[in-house]
Amino acid sequence: MLNLVRPGRNVLSHLGRRLYSSQSAVSFDRTELDSDKIDFKKYLNFNHEIVYNYTKEEIDVENVPTHKTNMCGAINEAMRHAMEKDEKAVVFGEDVAFGGVFRCTIDLMEKFGKDRCFNTPLCEQGIAGFAIGMAAMGYKPIAEFQFADYIYPAFDQIVNEAAKYRYRSGNLFNVGGLTMRAPCSAVGHGGHYHSQSPEAFFAHVPGIKVVVARNPVQAKGLLLSCIEDDNPVLFLEPKKLYRLSASTVPDDAYYLPLSKAEIIKKGTHVTVIGWASQMYVLEEAVKMAEEVGIDCELIDLRTILPWDVETVINSVSKTGRCVIAHEAPHTNGFGAELAATIQEKCFLNLEAPVIRVCGLDTPFPLVHEKYYVPDNLKCFEMIKKVVNY
Amino acid sequence: MLKSVNTLRSLGARTFGQQIALQRSYAKKSTGDGAHTFAIDSKKAYAFHVPHNYQGELGQPSGEVALNKQECLDLYRMMSLIRRFELVSDQQYKQRNIRGFCHLYSGQEAICVGMEKAITRQDAIITAYRDHGYQLCRGGSTESTMGELIGRANGCSKGKGGSMHMYLAESNFYGGNGIVGAQVPVGAGLAFALQYYAKVVNKTDLKNVSFSCYGDGAANQGQVFEAFNMAKLWNLPSIFVCENNKYGMGTSVQRSSGSTEYYKRGDYIPGIRVDAMDIFAVIDACRWAKEHAIKNGPLVMEMETYRYYGHSMSDPGVTYRSKDEIQEVRKHRDPIIRFKDRIVSAGLVTEDELKALDQDVKKEVDEAVEKTLASPLPDDSEIAKDILADEKYTCKGRTIYESYTN
Repeated sequence: MLNLVRPGRNVLSHLGRRLYSSQSAVSFDRTELDSDKIDFKKYLNFNHEIVYNYTKEEIDVENVPTHKTNMCGAINEAMRHAMEKDEKAVVFGEDVAFGGVFRCTIDLMEKFGKDRCFNTPLCEQGIAGFAIGMAAMGYKPIAEFQFADYIYPAFDQIVNEAAKYRYRSGNLFNVGGLTMRAPCSAVGHGGHYHSQSPEAFFAHVPGIKVVVARNPVQAKGLLLSCIEDDNPVLFLEPKKLYRLSASTVPDDAYYLPLSKAEIIKKGTHVTVIGWASQMYVLEEAVKMAEEVGIDCELIDLRTILPWDVETVINSVSKTGRCVIAHEAPHTNGFGAELAATIQEKCFLNLEAPVIRVCGLDTPFPLVHEKYYVPDNLKCFEMIKKVVNY
Repeated sequence: MLKSVNTLRSLGARTFGQQIALQRSYAKKSTGDGAHTFAIDSKKAYAFHVPHNYQGELGQPSGEVALNKQECLDLYRMMSLIRRFELVSDQQYKQRNIRGFCHLYSGQEAICVGMEKAITRQDAIITAYRDHGYQLCRGGSTESTMGELIGRANGCSKGKGGSMHMYLAESNFYGGNGIVGAQVPVGAGLAFALQYYAKVVNKTDLKNVSFSCYGDGAANQGQVFEAFNMAKLWNLPSIFVCENNKYGMGTSVQRSSGSTEYYKRGDYIPGIRVDAMDIFAVIDACRWAKEHAIKNGPLVMEMETYRYYGHSMSDPGVTYRSKDEIQEVRKHRDPIIRFKDRIVSAGLVTEDELKALDQDVKKEVDEAVEKTLASPLPDDSEIAKDILADEKYTCKGRTIYESYTN
């Protein structure tokens, strides 16, 4: 392991003290960072564990009845719980009555009837507006966009109508019951219109919340909180994860906190931040880093807007180093907001520049996807670089 | 055409109506170049929407199409090629050679083939993601079309677009668009450009139109109606073609649409519904539509058709409709079989000639696959190309230490 010497470092008392970081504050043996000793092949079929970690204070999966399900099933359960709990919860979207293209809404129509789970025409702007109208009357619409890539016709409704309803009516009206779901991110072969990660567009919109889940347990708890939350929420579901291996999920409804990042692996040398399916990539990178003696703290941001500044700042203040990774393009990706806030708030604690590992500034490519995505090797390389700075 | 002119000359002075009648009756007989006139049962094949305040006569398609042997063979070959191409695409997808999203046109061939027959390549076409057939009709080679599907350097979009993104600049095919309904206002823009070119730039009579094709699912998108309004407001030579294949993804038209009479959706724009499983009706209607649009402005066409495969490759296509329903259409309404029956029974072509074409087409598609699989992937240097027109564009890579230049 690295021997990081950080004299006089106190996370909470750095304000008011000019304590510039310096390279001499870190001492390590460069040969320890030699990647040659890593057997990269084992990361091809890697067994992810860290992404399935959970915070015990938030959720109990040991002393309650549980079952195994994948993310698709977990999302289905969340909607089922919400519909059972509140008659005002209604699910609609393109093809959802038959279960939707990803089967997330399967059996909901059978269970709750055609009035509560129904197909809409192919009209995303209409779907959003319609849901906003319902929510304005106090209902809990759960609207599905078939792909996050198709959400742009609804952009105006979300940005101008949903997000500002409360503000412009002086809180006479709000659309707090509104939840919008959209499958997002790369899937290996989705091409230009089935792979995008639009979270940063919506992160620029005060008045809505944007939430992304990384595994079945998170998906169920977060989606239930989104539906329950008294604000319009966009819940993004990395479609690549829908059918990934199942995990143990509590039978009953439970609620995970919004605007709360989760430290899924504690560490001391560098803070690594991500969300959605990128967490799987980061887990691999973090494990590789561990092999060369770097101890990473891995954080799942979970809520993109409003995001958990405190958890991130505390972590980076402690480690002094930060790598942020996301699939969306580099320029103006949400990583930019994180990096800017971190340098403002942790300047005196930083040992190295905050590094972003992102998708390229190109449209999402079809055949060149593997060059586009911020893969495990690139993330690992940057973790090394930031420690080596 | 020459023949018709000669005929008219020899007829001496007659009224125009008489001339036309004679010309038609003449065409019905076998002519020197072997043309045969195929009659269309207009009452069954067409329905019209005339706006309540429509000025003047809407008129209607002629109700017949004259084709000679070669034309029949060409039309048959193209429909057969598309059918075969889609069958092989399905196989290639299942073999994981084609990645991404892939929507097949089987069942709908008569529309693009008939439309192409009725218009010229100076007319513009734009469609959605079910675009393989259009690409082939407009003159895209089988190899470059398959190359694009499989994502190789020999593809028509350099292998960078894939199934949904095929284009042919030289024959005014504007693609190949991924978002449901988004191509419709773009099509109105194409029509405006055609009109502007004739009126302002070239100062000639308007000769060309644009066809904006969309599905019954897309017909419910708001921007379709925005496009209708602009087209009527500026009287654009814009023909809106709703290919009603009965299902928008997995939702039947009855479940998705307040009115399933899509040809009436233009309200103040006239419309025509066409039996698009009959290629003669498609050709006839498109000819009339083009003429109408040049003279009078926009038109909505509803092409009644059917798709045999699911919406895309991830949809088996049998959860929301029965296998019997598909079989029924394949057996009794298939556009290729219907066309074949008519041209064979008219004595214009023989079954053997068509069988030979089927073999020919099979070979052509197999060769296209073979050549494509031997073709390299798009070069890595393509990654930062075609993003901006700038001579030099450098895009950020995955990290600040990495960048790509075109």
